[in-house]
Amino acid sequence: MRSDVMNPDAPRADQGHYVAPLGETPLQEVDSVDPNATPRSLWGEAMHTLLRNPVFVVSTLLILFVLFVAAFPGVFTKVDPTYGVISDSNLAPGEGGHVLGTSRQGYDIWARTVHGARISVLVGFFTMLLSTLIGGTLGAIAGYVGGWLDEVLSRINDIFFAIPLVLGAIVFANRFPNGMNLWTVSLVLSIFGWTSIARIMRGSVISVKNQDFVMASTALGASKTKILLRHVIPNAIAPVIVTATVNLGVFIVAEATLSFLGVGITNAVSWGADLSSAKDSMRTLENNPWVLFAPSIALALTVLSFIMMGDAVRDALDPKARKR
Amino acid sequence: MIWYIARRVLQMIPVFLGATLLVYAMAFYAGGDPIAAIAGDKPLSPAVVAQLREQYNLDKPLIVQWLIYLGNLVRGDLGISLQGRPIADSLQSAFPVTFRMALIAIVVETVLGVAAGVISGLKKGTIIDTAFLMVSLLVIAVPTFVIGFVAQFLLGVKLELVPVNASGGGFGDLILPGCVLGVVSFAYVLRLTRTSVAEVATADHVRTATAKGLSRGGVVTKHILRNSLIPVVTFIGADLGALMGGAIVTERIFNVHGIGSELWKAITKSDSPKIVTIVTLLVVIFLIANLIVDLLYAVLDPRIRYAK
Amino acid sequence: MAISRRSMILGTAAAGTSAVALAACGGGSDGGSDGGSGAAADAIRTNGSEPENPLVPTNTNETGGGKVIQSMFSGLVYYTAKGEVENEVAESIDSEDKQTWTIKIKSGQKFSDGSAVTAKSFVDAWNYGALTTNAQKAQSFFEPIEGFEDVAAETPTAETLSGLAVVDDTTFTVKLVSPQSDFPKRLGYSAYMPLPESALADMKAFGEKPVGNGPYKFETWTHDQEIVLTVNENYDGPRKAKNSGVTFVIYSDPETAYNDLQTDTVDIVDSQSMPTSVLSTFEEDLGDRAVNAPGAVFQSFTIAQNDPNFSGEAGKLRRQAISYAIDRKQICDSLFNGTRTPATDFVAPTIPGGGAKDIPGAEVLTFDAAKAKELWQQAEGMQPFSGEFTLSYNADGPHKDWVEAVCNSIKNNLGITATPQPFPAFGEFRKQITDRQMKGAFRSGWQADYPSVFNFLGPLYSTAAADGKGSNDGDYKNPEFDGLLAEGLSAADDAAALEKYKAAQAILMQDLPAIPLWYQNTLGGYSNNVSDVEFGWDTVPLCYEATKEA
Repeated sequence: MRSDVMNPDAPRADQGHYVAPLGETPLQEVDSVDPNATPRSLWGEAMHTLLRNPVFVVSTLLILFVLFVAAFPGVFTKVDPTYGVISDSNLAPGEGGHVLGTSRQGYDIWARTVHGARISVLVGFFTMLLSTLIGGTLGAIAGYVGGWLDEVLSRINDIFFAIPLVLGAIVFANRFPNGMNLWTVSLVLSIFGWTSIARIMRGSVISVKNQDFVMASTALGASKTKILLRHVIPNAIAPVIVTATVNLGVFIVAEATLSFLGVGITNAVSWGADLSSAKDSMRTLENNPWVLFAPSIALALTVLSFIMMGDAVRDALDPKARKR
Repeated sequence: MIWYIARRVLQMIPVFLGATLLVYAMAFYAGGDPIAAIAGDKPLSPAVVAQLREQYNLDKPLIVQWLIYLGNLVRGDLGISLQGRPIADSLQSAFPVTFRMALIAIVVETVLGVAAGVISGLKKGTIIDTAFLMVSLLVIAVPTFVIGFVAQFLLGVKLELVPVNASGGGFGDLILPGCVLGVVSFAYVLRLTRTSVAEVATADHVRTATAKGLSRGGVVTKHILRNSLIPVVTFIGADLGALMGGAIVTERIFNVHGIGSELWKAITKSDSPKIVTIVTLLVVIFLIANLIVDLLYAVLDPRIRYAK
Repeated sequence: MAISRRSMILGTAAAGTSAVALAACGGGSDGGSDGGSGAAADAIRTNGSEPENPLVPTNTNETGGGKVIQSMFSGLVYYTAKGEVENEVAESIDSEDKQTWTIKIKSGQKFSDGSAVTAKSFVDAWNYGALTTNAQKAQSFFEPIEGFEDVAAETPTAETLSGLAVVDDTTFTVKLVSPQSDFPKRLGYSAYMPLPESALADMKAFGEKPVGNGPYKFETWTHDQEIVLTVNENYDGPRKAKNSGVTFVIYSDPETAYNDLQTDTVDIVDSQSMPTSVLSTFEEDLGDRAVNAPGAVFQSFTIAQNDPNFSGEAGKLRRQAISYAIDRKQICDSLFNGTRTPATDFVAPTIPGGGAKDIPGAEVLTFDAAKAKELWQQAEGMQPFSGEFTLSYNADGPHKDWVEAVCNSIKNNLGITATPQPFPAFGEFRKQITDRQMKGAFRSGWQADYPSVFNFLGPLYSTAAADGKGSNDGDYKNPEFDGLLAEGLSAADDAAALEKYKAAQAILMQDLPAIPLWYQNTLGGYSNNVSDVEFGWDTVPLCYEATKEA
């Protein structure tokens, strides 16, 4: 999954000119606006729209649920997910008090699924933060300063962009001979995952910096750094936030993929790792399909909720989309 | 136009150099010791190890190794893998397989994606549209390896509709892995086309064309499709690189012997020359695909003309 | 035969599944259901993997190439299915003092190209293999021969081994650095094969198109697809082919090979083609065409002698406690569906004298949770355990499952933290062991290169092989053990030697330098088209024995 294409409306780096969308606001709608009402900010307006959007509400509830599971897995199961007795391997659902049965190692599948949420959420969150920080900074500098610096940063971006996320991470994973932990996985994913954010930030900064209010600040003699931090970035950040939300889902998938390939976090209770062991019991899977389905469903629901949320937020922040 | 191409190609050079150096550094500093991997359980004598290190230039500094590598590359020599076979040989057999798989993926995502997207875009808000959107969301959310794995289980093992295993490498074997590889992109193409079609469908020139009495089909193909294809084309171009990268997972699941599995093997064996060569190749394909996409803009959208 | 330690670690382990598919094999386009070019109709089709090196006997240290070399070359001796050693090219191999050996070869032997097999063919090949500048992977097999230090130095001071001397066309002598009674047993290993003169003239060309003196001769090698051998008319020895050829179909993944077996597309497959996913069903699928018999691979894990938690008397108790804590039988049944057999000694059961059930002290290999806990507590009383127990393995081989199960056993039964420690790639895993950087326990194991009990003990636990000079990776040193081994080596006959080795193993049962786990079974199967299929002591099918209905 590629985050850079999630948002077709984001300005492209090479987009020469902006073609206004069609379907202009009908007049009566403008007429009906109460001129005395306090104007809502972009964010206030967005919040208003979001709360009326069922997709947003459902995905938010889902995310809150996943976060709750990740924080308090003990509420859902008392079983230790790392306690495996080999004589209890491959139990059918319900047998021996195991709701969804056990895996080949004798682990309780339900407990594994519940406890798997934590790693996914943490990796997704840290990677999202780190990559947004790297990408946001570099993108803002490139877009704001322009010139040769922009050229250099854009080429560096191209270099990292040309190497697919998971592929780069796998090559890098061997750099850690003793296996990876939460931090190294997040770091490795950030190294290859910052490019989309940087591109969007750059485009967004370029379009904002040419707007009148920025020029006005320049004319008033504000310093460059101050303008960037006080005026440009706050106005350019909306599309970045959307992409970052979607990226969260992307990074969760990437973590699961790495674990599936056996180069994820060492010994972690992770959905990806459980799916990888499920592959070995392929031919006997009908005995207990939950080995495969439980982590799959958990993973899909989590990713889905972040992507839906990103979608909803984009629609709310994007005036074009809102009108339709 | 010529100038534009020339400038783009020039821009590709530093990206190419940077990417190879980056990959070389990663492969070179990768934890595994390639010679130890060759040796097995019984250590080779230090003398033989030294001999092999020299043979593969492993005794030289990173930057020198990289320069030697580039020099050979320019002369068309892809190098020798640590197993003593020319890398070009193994790529020769692996590439067509991945290419076939990617082709299936692209056909799936383009044909189905655009078709579904157009229907969705023209019938915005209907049940069909909602259904397509739901499917696309689901496909995006479920990781490729889960889709692949579940498809393999349900279609291959349970229903025995397709071979469980695609190591044959023919088009027939590759249908399922190809579809799995393409299915995520299918969702993106669908959504892009939908947005784009919905936008273009209300544009003035389309209204005019309809008013002039052009048939519905004529309007869709001549006016709507052409104009809404631009973002889709961009996407597919960028997707090509991702397809090649995604191949590493798909090929693992279905035991396809393509570039992805070659790369995986090279990584687990710390076969640096092979890792670098394969990734470099992927980067080149990616860069060229992007260039072609940019040029296609001009063809699809006459409003875009490239300045010098 | 030429299944090296390498293949053992990566490949054949766990019925060769993912390691073979993911790491060990050459890639390629074709699982190869298309008929072999140049292969006759009743040629046996068997599974192979892309050789990792050119087909030069002294440069082959893995299964893919090893199987081909064994079919194409004849050494001085060969091994029967039961692991007995019989002369093949040799007429006699004699020694008075077990140190200087006189080897006479049968006259009139020919390579497949018609050139004669002489004493020189062996001596030249061995010299080639030993010389450092040729960088041959099987170099260390010539270590016992006098003069090895000179040719094997980083800058060699001699070109040839001083211990080798050609007497006449059919006689040569070998002087070893020390008396070794099992020397003749080794000579069937692929590194000791003879080479024709043409090979030494151009080894590069030879490696792609080798000429041998074995039951089969080289026909074609289509990389990543197949290697075709036909009958060598010049061969006249005990391994005469009962079919018209062998085609090694190169599979990169065991699933394909197994599917092909079920459709009779391939005739004989060995454990390399038995993916984990079929272990529970293959005996049902294949009926009496399934092979599941004791095997040649011994698996264990090693704890370094200098590990502070595991040294001294407390360390000894801890090793025993850990050994008692592992439920080997259950793991073999649940994870491997009975395709492994719990270990009762340190030697694989297909080796004559191996798999012994009467080694004194062997009860330490049985599961006894109470005893385990008791011993552990006793050790705690002497010196408390610090840190956690880790068991390292290479994640590119099929080891994750059993390592996790073993750790769980230890954790549940001893109440300590026991964690699997994966290394992404085999290379780094080995490097840490070789550099003695490895912390805690690490997986180990052995597959013999030749059928000898000594081969399972000497290279792994003797003082001579410690400190990086061999495969004694835990640096176990016990003079008493060394003494018994030496006595075994110079024993008058095999029976006397086995007694000594048994006594030596009794010491190992006390000290547990490595903790034995299980033996990997010989797994395989054959199609409806072939009969008389027999698997060798080394788990590799003896293709020359098989007959096929054309």
